[in-house]
Amino acid sequence: MKTPEEIFEILKSEFQDAVIEIDSELPVEPIIIVDPLKISKVAQFLRDNEELQFDSLMNLSGVDDNNGEKVTDEEGNVTVQGGTFSVYYHLHSTTIDHKVTIRVITDKDKPEVETVDPVWKASTWHEREAYDMYGIIFLNHPDLRRILLPDDWEGYPLRKDYENPEYYDGMKIPY
Amino acid sequence: MQDYISEITGSDVIAFIVGTLPPLAFMVVFTLFAVWLERKVSAHMQDRLGPMRVGWHGSLQTLADFLKLLQKEDIVASATDKALFNIAPYLVFAGTFLAYAMLPFTSFYIGSNADVGIFFILAVSGFVVAGLLMAGWGSNNKYSLYGAMRSAAQIVSYEIPTALVILTMLMIYGTMSLNEISMQQAGYIWDWGIFGGSLPGIAKFLIIPFMLVAFIILFISTLAETNRTPFDLPESESELVAGFSTEYSGVKFAMFFLAEFANMFLVSSILVVFFFGGYQSPIGYLGNLLGVEWLVPVEQTFWFIAKGLFFVFVQMWLRWTLPRVRVDQLMTICWKYLIPYAFFNLLIVGLILLI
Amino acid sequence: MSLRTEEMVLNMGPQHPSTHGVLRLELVLEGEVVHDVKPHIGYLHRCFEKHAEAMTYPQVVPYTDRMDYLASMYNNFGYVEAVEKLMGIEVPERVEYIRVIMGELQRIASHLVALGTYGLDLGAFTPFLYLFRDREKILTLFEETCGARLLYNYMWVGGLSHDIHPDFVRKTKEFIDYFRPTVTELNELLTYNKIFIERTANIGVCPAKEAINLGLSGPNLRGSGVKFDLRKNDPYSIYNKFDFEIPVGEGLVGTVGDCWDRYYVRVQEIEQSLRIIEQAIDQIPEGDVKSAVPRRVKPPKGHIYHRVEAPKGELGYFIISDGTVNPARVKVRAPSFVSLSAIGEIAKGYLVADVVAILGSLDIVLGEIDR
Repeated sequence: MKTPEEIFEILKSEFQDAVIEIDSELPVEPIIIVDPLKISKVAQFLRDNEELQFDSLMNLSGVDDNNGEKVTDEEGNVTVQGGTFSVYYHLHSTTIDHKVTIRVITDKDKPEVETVDPVWKASTWHEREAYDMYGIIFLNHPDLRRILLPDDWEGYPLRKDYENPEYYDGMKIPY
Repeated sequence: MQDYISEITGSDVIAFIVGTLPPLAFMVVFTLFAVWLERKVSAHMQDRLGPMRVGWHGSLQTLADFLKLLQKEDIVASATDKALFNIAPYLVFAGTFLAYAMLPFTSFYIGSNADVGIFFILAVSGFVVAGLLMAGWGSNNKYSLYGAMRSAAQIVSYEIPTALVILTMLMIYGTMSLNEISMQQAGYIWDWGIFGGSLPGIAKFLIIPFMLVAFIILFISTLAETNRTPFDLPESESELVAGFSTEYSGVKFAMFFLAEFANMFLVSSILVVFFFGGYQSPIGYLGNLLGVEWLVPVEQTFWFIAKGLFFVFVQMWLRWTLPRVRVDQLMTICWKYLIPYAFFNLLIVGLILLI
Repeated sequence: MSLRTEEMVLNMGPQHPSTHGVLRLELVLEGEVVHDVKPHIGYLHRCFEKHAEAMTYPQVVPYTDRMDYLASMYNNFGYVEAVEKLMGIEVPERVEYIRVIMGELQRIASHLVALGTYGLDLGAFTPFLYLFRDREKILTLFEETCGARLLYNYMWVGGLSHDIHPDFVRKTKEFIDYFRPTVTELNELLTYNKIFIERTANIGVCPAKEAINLGLSGPNLRGSGVKFDLRKNDPYSIYNKFDFEIPVGEGLVGTVGDCWDRYYVRVQEIEQSLRIIEQAIDQIPEGDVKSAVPRRVKPPKGHIYHRVEAPKGELGYFIISDGTVNPARVKVRAPSFVSLSAIGEIAKGYLVADVVAILGSLDIVLGEIDR
């Protein structure tokens, strides 16, 4: 059973540049922050390493961090610029029985994260849902398309600055 | 009976027309009754009540349903093959109705006292296959076609064990006329087919286990012929496709329905004729006892229908108990199990008869 | 010279008697053999996660009911436990006991639906009605407690909405005594029926390693032979006080991990749930069920991922709080979502009629897949 700090140490010694830091401020547990474009290799290591053996991906969720700055332009319209998206991975090992949470942070304007589909097949649909709701592109994903919303929907609903569209497919939405 | 009526009216044509009415009337009345019976049987087995409001305990429910079906709009999809689509239900119905002509309800009245009885029935049930295929193809629906093909494959395969067992029985009785077969089982319950019929001597006892096997094989294969669960993959193909009769509505759908229940009784009565004495009563005739001549045919009809109904009830019982068999398992049962058993049965019975 | 064959695409459309909800399965067939199964979901999407960001924490509870509508108690359970952990609230013991009893009754009800509809898919019409008759008794118990038969809104953050009425203990004991023999009836009618075994044994085999990698959980995972149950391996609430076993698929009539195993694990789980209820029902301590409900639910900034063993598998709630009364993110890891994504792997190479059997054995509910 390893604590998140120990896991962080093992990861840091293996991948110096990919693993960024461990964030222990907020409850409930510490999170390990990893570089979004190298998460695939880190995931492979997490699964195959003898001491870690994280063979089960419990959850994968996209999050809008809502940390952009509000910019007011001349006409008084408030827009949000900048900001980040995160993807959280909750891993669990059935053999050694320990858990860890990994987070990757990526820009809102160009959200790109590597897919962990080759490592855990459970992530396929979770990543599709994150793409559907946030627009996060998962590089090298075998089948990245919308899953819950209709295929021709425009926009990414769970973003904090999402506005309901007026028209869908030519029909006016009455609300 | 044809002769009797043609004597009265002096015209053969009227005699024939009047002579065909009883089986038709019986078929319709029986279907009305059987649908109600099925709903009640299934309901009571499932711990509920079934139709209760229309008539006494829902007995007029079927009539209400048929009236509803008859006044429904006859929807015909535009892309169907009109000729095939329209004829198919009537063909299926005609096949079953033709076979009713051969059933020995009593010793005095049979629709047609031909010598080829059971052979004719087997031949005519081929109409049903043709009708089903026409229905599936004419619906212009991928899924109906699928369902119809499977149904056709099922019926055609299961005709083989049926024919083998009937051949076995023919060896024992020596005649194809169903009336003759029933008359050969006259006497009391010990003379019924399943207990060896009226064979002399030790052959009668030797043959009893093989009669049981033959009965079971015939029961299973005729169950498959009528497309009832556990072999109802074509009919409730709601697993995957919609079955061959989806595109039908109104009168034509009612025809398919009628044909299915009539077929059930047909098949039960074949079983009854071969193995359970046809219209013979197990306890002797009240008419003979009292010396009343015309009571005997009435009693015979009563026994025939009662025994047929019992097997219809067993078919319904099985439907609501067992799950469905998959289509390739269905074929395996037929070709790998039923046909070899029926064949061995045939050989051994033949040997016993020779000795 | 070999024949040129093509693959055919067949559609099990959104309206279908055998898919459990509005689900569209696209089957890629070659003859009768399935090459691929592609589920298309989203017909029941009701934007739960977006709503949750606009509601306050207690207001989200009725929304969680409606995800897996056949096991609403457990959806509530997972959510309120997650929020309580985030806020650090300790609930009274009475609340814990009642939550466990309600949860296990709900597990039995959910499994009864799963087993009944599985028989129905395969053509056995009668067990469905027998099991639903028994489920009615459980729903009556629920209705007497909180007024609702299907969507309860019973477990609140820090407590329960209603206390149990004085007759509850006696009626539950009567139910347990009545229900135990009916499981034997189900076994005779369906479980050991030769035709049923022919249709489910050796179908949809999923080996243990693949099951873990695909993310299967709950009875699906245990049917593949992996002895993993969150109530024992990662205990929450007061489950560590009770004595019960974890049934695991052993391949009794086929291979380990086939449809029959997953089905049989559910049948055995019903018996284990009855054991838990029996132990808990006698030990309910006195207390007030609403004493720990806070007036304003305002968790500190932070995040938590909490998972419970729902009847369909591992139900996980990932909640991020930014210190206000509305959650910043509520992500629900629904067990059926992951189970359905595995059908592409499990159903490869079997016949078309087997797809229905495999789908039924995974026990999915579209409400929680689409949220």
